[in-house]
Amino acid sequence: MERIPILKMGNFLLVTIQMEMHDRLAMTLQDDLTERIVQTRARGVLIDISSLELVDSFIGRMLRDIAAVAMLLGAQTVVVGMKPAVAITLVELGLTLRGVRAALTVERGMEMLRASMPESLLASMKKTPRKA
Amino acid sequence: MSPTTVERISVRTSDDVVVVRQRIRALAIQAGLGLVDQTKIVTAASELARNMVDFAGGGVAIIEIVEKDGRTGIRCTFEDHGPGIPDISLAMRDGYTTGEGLGYGLGGAKRLSNEFNIETEIGKGTRVIIARWR
Repeated sequence: MERIPILKMGNFLLVTIQMEMHDRLAMTLQDDLTERIVQTRARGVLIDISSLELVDSFIGRMLRDIAAVAMLLGAQTVVVGMKPAVAITLVELGLTLRGVRAALTVERGMEMLRASMPESLLASMKKTPRKA
Repeated sequence: MSPTTVERISVRTSDDVVVVRQRIRALAIQAGLGLVDQTKIVTAASELARNMVDFAGGGVAIIEIVEKDGRTGIRCTFEDHGPGIPDISLAMRDGYTTGEGLGYGLGGAKRLSNEFNIETEIGKGTRVIIARWR
């Protein structure tokens, strides 16, 4: 079964959606991400949707649910790279994705996640690469 | 309005919804629609095709490139033999849903289209026609 890969980077999980989202893929991603957040104790999730040509109410609901579940598990979610045409369409569709934070680029998304981390955690994150 | 290209797609599963999106995208490009217009009609169609899968046990999507008054556009018809919609104005309202979606399907599809027409009969089925012009 096809799956969307989830990469771990420090305390964050990175997901790049590069294929056409069908419903099963969306459900699987939701389940996989939930599992990985718990397994890795991730504090942030970054979802790159720059390849998505469309976000309908189903995919919108998936993003909203992922953010809500992640929050309950102690992780922040940022969605990055939404295409302008997709953003315009989402607004006209009436979907505001309340609770989902967004950034234009991966870099800004990472900044956003880092900014929301407690100082102590950031310090320990900086130390990790030196130990390795 | 005389159609120049017509495609019929049977819509039973969520995989078929993806096929509908891909075909409408292809025809919208062929009809010369801009990126935002393409995205709007494809998103509207995605909502309507999913409605057929979720509430009517599937149906048929008919996609056409149409000409009217010298303008080119895409027209999509979604026909099902499901239970019909008892209260259209309620179903059109944002946030109203009986299924798993967010309830933006019908109202959202209408806003994303230049033309929107719905006919429904209880116990017989529903037909929704949307169009978007270049």
